[in-house]
Amino acid sequence: MRARVVFVLIAVVLLAAFPMVAEKFYLQLVTKIMILSIFALSLDVLVGYTGLVSLGHAAYFGVAAYSLALLAPSDNAANVWVTLPLALAASAAAALVIGALVVRTAGVYFIMVTLAFAQMVYYFFHDTRVAGGSDGIYVNERPQTFIPGLDLANDAHFYYAVLMLLVLVFALLAAMLRSPFGRALQGIKANERRMRALGYATLRYKLAAFVIAGTLAGLAGYLTAAKEGYVNPEMLAWHQSGTVLMMLILGGMGTLIGAVLGTFTYVLVQEWFSGITRHWQLLMGAFIIAVVLVLPQGLAGLARARARRSPAPRPPGDANE
Amino acid sequence: MEWLIQVLNSVQYGLLLFLVASGLTLIFGIMGVINLAHGSFYMIGAYLAFALVERIGNLWVALPVGIALAAALGLMIEWLLISRLYRRDHLHQVLLTFGLILVFEELRSILLGDDVHSVPVPALLSASLPLTDTLSYPVYRLFISAVCLALAAAMYATIQKTRLGARIRAAASNPEMAQSLGLDIRWIHALVFASGVALAAFAGMIAAPVSSVFPGMGNQVLIVCFVVVVIGGIGSLKGALVAALLIGFCDTFGKVLFPEFAGVAVYLLMAAVLLFRPAGLFGRA
Amino acid sequence: MSEPLLRADELSRRFGGLVAVDRVSLSLSRGEIHALIGPNGAGKSTLANLLSGELKPTSGSIRLGESDVTGWSADRIARQGVARTFQHTNVFPAFSAFENCRLAAQARATGLPGMLRDADRHEEWNSVAHAALAATGLASRETILAGVLAHGERRGLEIAMALATAPSVLLLDEPLAGMGPEDVAGVIALLRGLRERHAMLLIEHDMDAVFALADRLTVMANGRVLASGAPEAIRANAEVQHAYLGTLDDVLP
Repeated sequence: MRARVVFVLIAVVLLAAFPMVAEKFYLQLVTKIMILSIFALSLDVLVGYTGLVSLGHAAYFGVAAYSLALLAPSDNAANVWVTLPLALAASAAAALVIGALVVRTAGVYFIMVTLAFAQMVYYFFHDTRVAGGSDGIYVNERPQTFIPGLDLANDAHFYYAVLMLLVLVFALLAAMLRSPFGRALQGIKANERRMRALGYATLRYKLAAFVIAGTLAGLAGYLTAAKEGYVNPEMLAWHQSGTVLMMLILGGMGTLIGAVLGTFTYVLVQEWFSGITRHWQLLMGAFIIAVVLVLPQGLAGLARARARRSPAPRPPGDANE
Repeated sequence: MEWLIQVLNSVQYGLLLFLVASGLTLIFGIMGVINLAHGSFYMIGAYLAFALVERIGNLWVALPVGIALAAALGLMIEWLLISRLYRRDHLHQVLLTFGLILVFEELRSILLGDDVHSVPVPALLSASLPLTDTLSYPVYRLFISAVCLALAAAMYATIQKTRLGARIRAAASNPEMAQSLGLDIRWIHALVFASGVALAAFAGMIAAPVSSVFPGMGNQVLIVCFVVVVIGGIGSLKGALVAALLIGFCDTFGKVLFPEFAGVAVYLLMAAVLLFRPAGLFGRA
Repeated sequence: MSEPLLRADELSRRFGGLVAVDRVSLSLSRGEIHALIGPNGAGKSTLANLLSGELKPTSGSIRLGESDVTGWSADRIARQGVARTFQHTNVFPAFSAFENCRLAAQARATGLPGMLRDADRHEEWNSVAHAALAATGLASRETILAGVLAHGERRGLEIAMALATAPSVLLLDEPLAGMGPEDVAGVIALLRGLRERHAMLLIEHDMDAVFALADRLTVMANGRVLASGAPEAIRANAEVQHAYLGTLDDVLP
């Protein structure tokens, strides 16, 4: 437990110091990774802690992104304090409506149904003229907070804003998972039938988890739209859902650190592959297959296996953390 | 008469979907594996049709060659990868087959490029049946429907009436017991998987002349097949057939009546089914 | 005897052509242990699943106190004060014994604000969980992961979890299964102590325990109630002897 806190603190300090040494390209790359880390953390609530494998998580990411694009005025910067709550509310609402249907299903059904509903959202933005169809739309200027001294159009400022949000989401989820609510989610993952027999209205808990996860995915989507300056249907396509699931499994689901670690590793591997060949997707596919076959518990599982081999005795009752 | 054409199109699309979805639902029902790469086999079939017809010049020769290649590919994939996924978490099955999709798509891009292609309708079936003075219906589309129906009947007969079918059903309902009865589960799994792959590829091949051949076609069909399986109920062939036809009508008439929202229509249908029958129309609750 | 707390009337459950539970009527009262015996496949566990709401009855009704709870969901019935243990041990292996009980204790909590505070700070639930563990003799095992507890201890934890939900009705599905003689004696003493404040259904194969505990006895076979009444009367009942206890003659004391 203590080692974990120290590890997180060191990581935050390193990330905070990074802009002082980094070139623009790497600054933007790490900004992107941190945003995707928020996305992966949000999915971890569902997959890692509640045991719900969603293959349509990009929908909630995309809904918030589109919300910003549609709300932003074309000739000047959008107000964060107005557009962010509205975008998150849009994602939460989508997650609430879809979630109410999907939490009634389980297992492989849940996987297929989440994917199918995400595809419905995809087609909505792809086929209709609501938001530029398949071409997408631009967010001409980055949203602003109108806090003096903070200019989100400045990449370094934006970096720190994203870092702050990542830390905030991480802390929020860590607290949530220690709360009775979080313990109940973990109970549902382990044995839903038993939880019902104890008196838990498990559907409501699963729906709450689905909405929380969808809203946080929306935060990541909003930040992506703000960072990239444009939004298109590919942001909520199912490749995106599969990719974030892969980031999670790579790090080791069910641990918050694993979600962030997995995202960093995945994006860096992807950057490396795309530097080697135009056909980097082939390498990426092979990489994913290899991870599933060789490292099914992810990097966190690797660390756990190492810890188990070390002679230091652990107090009983600590191993479930 | 316009509506008759739409009805025929609905049936043809629905039956084609059934062909792809039946493999998906059988592989899940019998092997317990959720295979995202199933759509890729449909895509591979369509590209095989394109590549083989271009070289051989004849779809009738290309079909058996393509089926044999697809079945061989299926056997290889099952042996190399899928066989390691039995009893593993669905999550791992999803991710591994997701990785497979990336590999297949990129190999397709390297070998055949990213262009959209068309495959000529075979001369024998290139005629059209006149319906009225101005409207006619292509014979090839009727041919697709007929072939799909024949295959559906053959599948049903194989599974319900033959000894092989009895073994497959035994393996699906109780793998341990089937194993103890001396049935080689590994062989049955390989056979089912290869047949599913061959069916999907075959569907892609016969669809190629009417649907054109394009890079994202596999994923598109995969997700619609998921909707078929969800509506029909997992593991149920009858459910898959009914659901596929429902979707065929929903999609075809949706495109005519509400062109902008046709993409969304089948998902709304799925939502309605989920609301009232969460396990699908023919699923066991 | 007081007014029954839980009463099933003409309860049936069909699975396709099979009638697993066939017009069973039975009642549970506070201060009384009602034992349910019968051969494997008699429908005892199905009956427990019907009473706890995990299965919906095909016909018949269930009353809990003043309310008709027929067709209620399992979690709603549990929140209404019916707790159960399972035939196959069903604890959360990755949680400590204490956390298992606290999870049970907080099941009836509602309202988000309380749910989002740190779980360790909920004194009320913590003390309920401690008390449940103490009652089942597991006080010294609180920090051990449920997955590594001994079999007998895990069976005890099942009961502790049920108690932590503060139930008025306890449905115990073979609580003694697989236990050694010492553990059995402990559980018998525990159940005796719980009798006063709970209405209990005890499904059990251990006839010594059944006759040591039961105030009333119902025998089931092929989904039906074969006989029901005071334990001594059942023991004397010739029909039961023939149909079922014949096989148990050598087990009976």
